[in-house]
Amino acid sequence: MKVPDHLKYTATHEWVRIEGDLAAVGITDHAQAELTDIVYLELPAPGKQVTAKSPVAAIESVKAASDIYAPVSGEIAEVNAALPGDPGAVNARPYESWMFKIRMSDPGELAALQDADAYRKSIGG
Amino acid sequence: MDYVPNTDAELEAMLREAGAASYDDLIAAVPEGLRRPGLQLPPPLSELELSREIAALAHRNTPPGQALSFLGAGAYEHFIPSAIDHLASRGEFYTAYTPYQAEASQGTLQVIYEFQTLMCALTGMEVSNASLYDGATAVAEAASLALSARPGRRALLVADTVHPEYLQVLRTQLSGWDCEIRTFPSASGALDPEALARAADGSAAAVICQNPNFLGRIEDMARAREITHAAGALFIAAVNPLSLGLLMAPGEYGADIAVGEGQPLGIPLSFGGPYLGFMTARKDLVHKMPGRLVGRTLDSCGAPGFCLTLQAREQHIRREKATSNICTNQGLMALRACIYLCLLGRQGLREVAEYCARAARFAADSIAQLPGFSLAHPGPIFNEFVVACPVAAERVCAELEDQGIYAGLPLHGCGGPPHHLLVCVTETKSRPDIDRYLKALAGVSHRAMGRQVGIDK
Amino acid sequence: MELLEPQPLIFEKSRPGARAARFPAFADGGADLDAAVPAQFRRREAAGLPELSEIEVVRHFTRLSQLNFSVDTHFYPLGSCTMKYNPKVNDRMAALPGFAAMHPYQPAATAQGALELLDDLEHLLCEICGMDRFSLQPAAGAHGEFTGLLVIRAHLKSKGEGHRNKVLVPDSAHGTNPSSARQAGFDVVTVPSLPSGQVDVAALERLAGPDTAALMLTNPNTLGVFESRIGDMAAIIHRAGGLLYYDGANMNALLGLARPGDMGFDVVHLNLHKSFSTPHGGGGPGAGPVGVKAFLDPYLPVPRLRRVEGALAWDHDRPQSVGRVRSFAGNFGILVRAYTYIRAHGAEGMERNSRAAIINANYLKAKVRARYREAAPGPCMHEFVVVPDEAIARGIKVADIAKRLLDFGFHSPTLSWPIRNCLMIEPTETESRETLDRFADALTRIADEAASDPEKVRSAPHRLPVRRMDEVAAARNLDLRA
Repeated sequence: MKVPDHLKYTATHEWVRIEGDLAAVGITDHAQAELTDIVYLELPAPGKQVTAKSPVAAIESVKAASDIYAPVSGEIAEVNAALPGDPGAVNARPYESWMFKIRMSDPGELAALQDADAYRKSIGG
Repeated sequence: MDYVPNTDAELEAMLREAGAASYDDLIAAVPEGLRRPGLQLPPPLSELELSREIAALAHRNTPPGQALSFLGAGAYEHFIPSAIDHLASRGEFYTAYTPYQAEASQGTLQVIYEFQTLMCALTGMEVSNASLYDGATAVAEAASLALSARPGRRALLVADTVHPEYLQVLRTQLSGWDCEIRTFPSASGALDPEALARAADGSAAAVICQNPNFLGRIEDMARAREITHAAGALFIAAVNPLSLGLLMAPGEYGADIAVGEGQPLGIPLSFGGPYLGFMTARKDLVHKMPGRLVGRTLDSCGAPGFCLTLQAREQHIRREKATSNICTNQGLMALRACIYLCLLGRQGLREVAEYCARAARFAADSIAQLPGFSLAHPGPIFNEFVVACPVAAERVCAELEDQGIYAGLPLHGCGGPPHHLLVCVTETKSRPDIDRYLKALAGVSHRAMGRQVGIDK
Repeated sequence: MELLEPQPLIFEKSRPGARAARFPAFADGGADLDAAVPAQFRRREAAGLPELSEIEVVRHFTRLSQLNFSVDTHFYPLGSCTMKYNPKVNDRMAALPGFAAMHPYQPAATAQGALELLDDLEHLLCEICGMDRFSLQPAAGAHGEFTGLLVIRAHLKSKGEGHRNKVLVPDSAHGTNPSSARQAGFDVVTVPSLPSGQVDVAALERLAGPDTAALMLTNPNTLGVFESRIGDMAAIIHRAGGLLYYDGANMNALLGLARPGDMGFDVVHLNLHKSFSTPHGGGGPGAGPVGVKAFLDPYLPVPRLRRVEGALAWDHDRPQSVGRVRSFAGNFGILVRAYTYIRAHGAEGMERNSRAAIINANYLKAKVRARYREAAPGPCMHEFVVVPDEAIARGIKVADIAKRLLDFGFHSPTLSWPIRNCLMIEPTETESRETLDRFADALTRIADEAASDPEKVRSAPHRLPVRRMDEVAAARNLDLRA
């Protein structure tokens, strides 16, 4: 399972990429493999206020369904509108398939996220 | 009597081969104190005795088929072509499970896909599910769907002309939800656009109207839909599917969700169930739709076939986060509706619907001519109407029952005035049937008028 | 002769002008159509229904039926679904005109036979389950769960304990349990299972408390193991002030053997389409009656049957009731079938059923366990769960085994539930030893093939009208109607 070093991770298998005051969020390689073929994505509306660890998006495969949690608090600044039309991209390229970007209200929350080593360990890799 | 193929000797031998010394070994986990053999049940019966005993119970009933019935109110007596019973009792349909194993269930799956297609064609909507329990729970499921699709809005506005049982079920089924169910008043038995406009504020997630409504009146659904959408709510149309052989389809007047009771489509009255709830909707609501969906796809060799799809919405995967808890649906009833619609076809459905509309209009107008009788809510009807009787409707029913006629449903029990009677006429009523009914009502009229004259003296 | 060919859609067989059913016109004085229904209320375009002759319709649906596996044609060992034989007399009784043609609103005086049957069925179910009252209203198992939970909620509220908002559900429970609890407005708390498959009673004790409304339990559980500590669990929940809910999905194991009411359960639902032999019909209809102890009677849904001066009638005046859960009065046609089934069996028949179901399951388990690891060693009740370790080690999935079983003429067991990569097998009492032997042989042969010819298993089925369906494509490119 790929776990790129430059990203941050959550215990619920989201990855986070910091872009200035934005946090881009997707799901990890491990998560997509567990879900298997993804068929549906429900993304939040831009402008929505979210709090860390609350569910903000939903993802479905043929045999599983899962919520995607906000790794940090803030406002949904942007969503990857192309993704719901091509959900298989999340399986094929999990780390390119960001789902939404949060304009962080408290960047201090980033400290609570895992680094690549810790996440790797948590998934038994 | 039982249906166990293995003999006692075989069972005994199997027990040993399973490595148990006795049956008690196998049930050792059930504490002795909890075992309860010797239930107090009536003695077992052979099929002959059973048939005799249960047929005796059936003989104590007088179903509409043996009387002349003008009962409707959400459950309708229609002619059921013979081929339906024949095909729907085939064991391959009848004793199959939910088609989770697609390759071994192509028959059921294709039937559901065809059912979905037919219901879309009938209602003029884009997607259909594979069925729900009945009309009432379908209305409630549509309401939950609307609440999920309109987050932030928590009011459901229901026309007071919707079937009272549907409203009761809606209240029960959504009692665990954070929502508010409000009715808005009708005017002379039909939707009052002004009352709807006053009720439809920014809190409304959906407006629910029924067509024809509980009182039989055809509603101006197009107008109600306009007002609903202007308020930003979803429009839910509860419809009699058979009426759609003639009446405007929900898709034509822009409904977001169409639901209803599918019983008129080839399903026996059977004292209230099992029936068939259906739901069709706009395509963008499909992910929030309850119940099963069948999709057409390809197999590994590229040949077309069918499978259940979007199952991740459902309870067996989503558990407490599922859109609905429904699991069992009404597959066999959907099969009946599917066969019914194919046997009738474009022309046949139109014929039945037209018959209902013309015969009901004729009966209504004729009753209105009888002294003392009038129509409670003049206006267009499909197969039902409310008669204002010269005496209590329950008395009319009692008098006609003695002549082997079920006169209709007295509305007193549903909160209506005591002299209002809901009368239904379908294609099962011939002109002589209606004449007999008119004659019986004329007798009531005569006796009531005579009495009145007597009082006046 | 190869009859099992996929069929074109019925719409493709449609020919303009072809007719099956015809109806008379309403003659002699019927109102003209425009007067009856003004054009503004009529549909603009006729509904696009197909046009066919009767024989074409009959052949189409007959051929479609032949593409199905069913209990009448195949062994169908779906765990927790109780795919037993559906006796034909049930259907004949339900189809009697004295039942099938009855209108739900016909006067009670003309429906006494039907009402007596329902009243009698309530009493029989009470005796079988050890409960005091039954409501026959719910349309299905999940509907029964929802109704039962509403009853619990109404009772707690009336005691001033409406704050109890947690329903405890074991992780091995049917998906409908947590889903129904949520629909009824409760929060769900998951109770872990022990490696043996039984509920972790110590964990249950920690989780039960002042916010507990109920514990929902299936017994025997979904691993086919009887929860022998049910007495302790009942005590824990009742001490905490909650109620005990019995999910009757696995009641087939207990018919005439033990009763949920005697185990301390306050509410039960039954799936008449499982233990009581009413047909599954490709997904329904079912019926999910709910039984309660006497103190919960006031909360049962309306209408209820009441006897006044010897005659039965529907009673709607029940102020504490949870309300109405469906239109009319239950899936009557299904209730007639279940009633017929119970009257055929009597107490001895019921006992023989559960006994044969349990023996069949243990016999089959013994036959397959050399190649398929038992998830819960020791005797099972009416069903059991195995894990195909050997095949999985070779990269075969349980779904592959399921599809290969179809080639041998057996429906698949329930898959990957309640644990990963498992087969949950419920043979029921109505299968012969010979069938079980052939099924065990097929499973053994598939275990062999997993080693000798894994591709054959992975690409199964080979002998069905279609090959493996692409469910991913079905979901990504939705095609839900023609």
